[in-house]
Amino acid sequence: MQQVFKRPQSLKDVQTHFCPGCHHGTIHRLVADAMDLYGVQDRTIGVASVGCSVFLYGYFDIDVVEAPHGRAPAVATGVKRAKPESFVFTYQGDGDLAAIGTAEIIHAANRGEDITVVFVNNTTYGMTGGQMAPTTLVGQKTSTSPYGRDKSKDGSPIRMAELLAQLGGVAYSARVAVDSPKHVLEAKKVIREAFGYQVEGKGFSFVEVLSACPTNWGMNPLKANARVGEEMIPYFPLGVFKKEEA
Amino acid sequence: MGAVEAGCRYYFGYPITPQSDIPEYLSRELPGLNGEFIQAESEIGAINMLLGASATGARAMTSSSSPGISLKQEGISYMAGAELPGVIINISRSGPGLGGIDASQSDYFQCVKGGGHGGYHIPVLAPNSVQEMYDLTMHAFDLADLYRTPVMLLGDSVIGQMKEALVPNPRPVRELPAKGWEVRGKSGAEQRVVKSLFLGDGELEAHNWHLHAKYQVMKEKECISEEYETADARLIVAGFGSVSRIAHTAVTMARAEGMKVGLFRPVTLFPFPEKALAQAAGRAGKVLVVELNTGQMVEDVRLSVGAAAQVSFYGRPPGAGSLPSPEELLEVIRKNYEGTAR
Repeated sequence: MQQVFKRPQSLKDVQTHFCPGCHHGTIHRLVADAMDLYGVQDRTIGVASVGCSVFLYGYFDIDVVEAPHGRAPAVATGVKRAKPESFVFTYQGDGDLAAIGTAEIIHAANRGEDITVVFVNNTTYGMTGGQMAPTTLVGQKTSTSPYGRDKSKDGSPIRMAELLAQLGGVAYSARVAVDSPKHVLEAKKVIREAFGYQVEGKGFSFVEVLSACPTNWGMNPLKANARVGEEMIPYFPLGVFKKEEA
Repeated sequence: MGAVEAGCRYYFGYPITPQSDIPEYLSRELPGLNGEFIQAESEIGAINMLLGASATGARAMTSSSSPGISLKQEGISYMAGAELPGVIINISRSGPGLGGIDASQSDYFQCVKGGGHGGYHIPVLAPNSVQEMYDLTMHAFDLADLYRTPVMLLGDSVIGQMKEALVPNPRPVRELPAKGWEVRGKSGAEQRVVKSLFLGDGELEAHNWHLHAKYQVMKEKECISEEYETADARLIVAGFGSVSRIAHTAVTMARAEGMKVGLFRPVTLFPFPEKALAQAAGRAGKVLVVELNTGQMVEDVRLSVGAAAQVSFYGRPPGAGSLPSPEELLEVIRKNYEGTAR
């Protein structure tokens, strides 16, 4: 009998700590799949960020450097410049990348660092218990926006994939979701494409992945999954916003 | 120059007076040496680029001045926690806040007592000449690799802007341990992780005991100090960095007046040369600490000498016009010398 579906080689055979219905597991799998596709596992240095994603090294069978909160793109810059033959990616959440780490992501992108950034947007701070994030939707209730995000006081959610696409150093910027089989297949293709940009030395590549956080949204996994399509995608449209042909 | 000589090929920094000569020099030199120079978006960006480059095992550095060092403290703490080598040059300014760019030693506490969170220590070297800036920068890279720790060189605008003759020394070779911890892409071997998060039962305590043990070894082996005319001294003047140059002149003037005065200069501020100071102070019975601040290193002097000597202090807060002259220190020496005659 032929095995047609198996765990990617770049993923460890372990259980994750992620909550039921969380999309991190799916996204981890897609990232590992892309690493396997290009055969870069042995020369990959992953940069873990602060948040639920910090345990990257527990799930990916690769070398990993842990970065301070928000600083992963700066750490990845140092790694890649000192070791240009390595394949370097960061894996960051929305609080990490779009709030405390705004300067680091903007400038790493603008310098055109030859790295890939996987940005998981679940509209909340997962690890710290569901506080308002820079990507929290207007009206969304969180533990620090109990009356709903107020645009006049808290501003509007930031669309990072579109924002970064404006920068000269960015070669590839896209947004995907993993809430349906169709979207998962599209996400797989986009993540592969983004990694391919680095493999070919084409410059900075960025993939934003819309993700569910059932625990902090106070929803069951099915409802949380449905919310991605019903509430998030209308504000955070899917698509490739920049694709520089080198 | 010392950094380049020590094999440092990666520099990450952000402009700030009075240390911009360092990035300007390295931005010219490193590209030709197959190195990398990045003018980072911030001090925070720079220290984290250093963290990343160091994690690959490369010799790398950053430099800044007091307010910029405040921003770097986060990264320094992470590097200390993850045991990453790296050199940080601090040509300090006066403060608090934006303060001024005058010679100042008001960041002794910040640099020597940790500065960032988590109760770590890093070696802090305090050169007092251009030659020492060069020599100690090379020494800093060796210490960083030997102990897997960030190392700081602490100067100020007097040291940082000084023009003096420099002899490019042949570098003393120090035996360094093989790395083996650096990330490299696992290449079919075991996964390597550079991190400072330890959540397992007892893990973090064990890690901190390990760091603590390392600090004890540094205290035992890495203290550096310099003494001038201390053998028969009845009063020891103690000062580090730029003020030690002024104090040196004042001590020479005091000797010319017949006063038995000597100078003790800690070169390493962490580890603090406690034993050497205690010995010199015990012989003299009295120590006068001079600093370009209102009293910081004096606390370590008191802890070092205990009851063996009487400790007094002279210092002025930094700022334009507050740098003491040799004559001013001589007057202070005269006052402190009274009553020491036996």
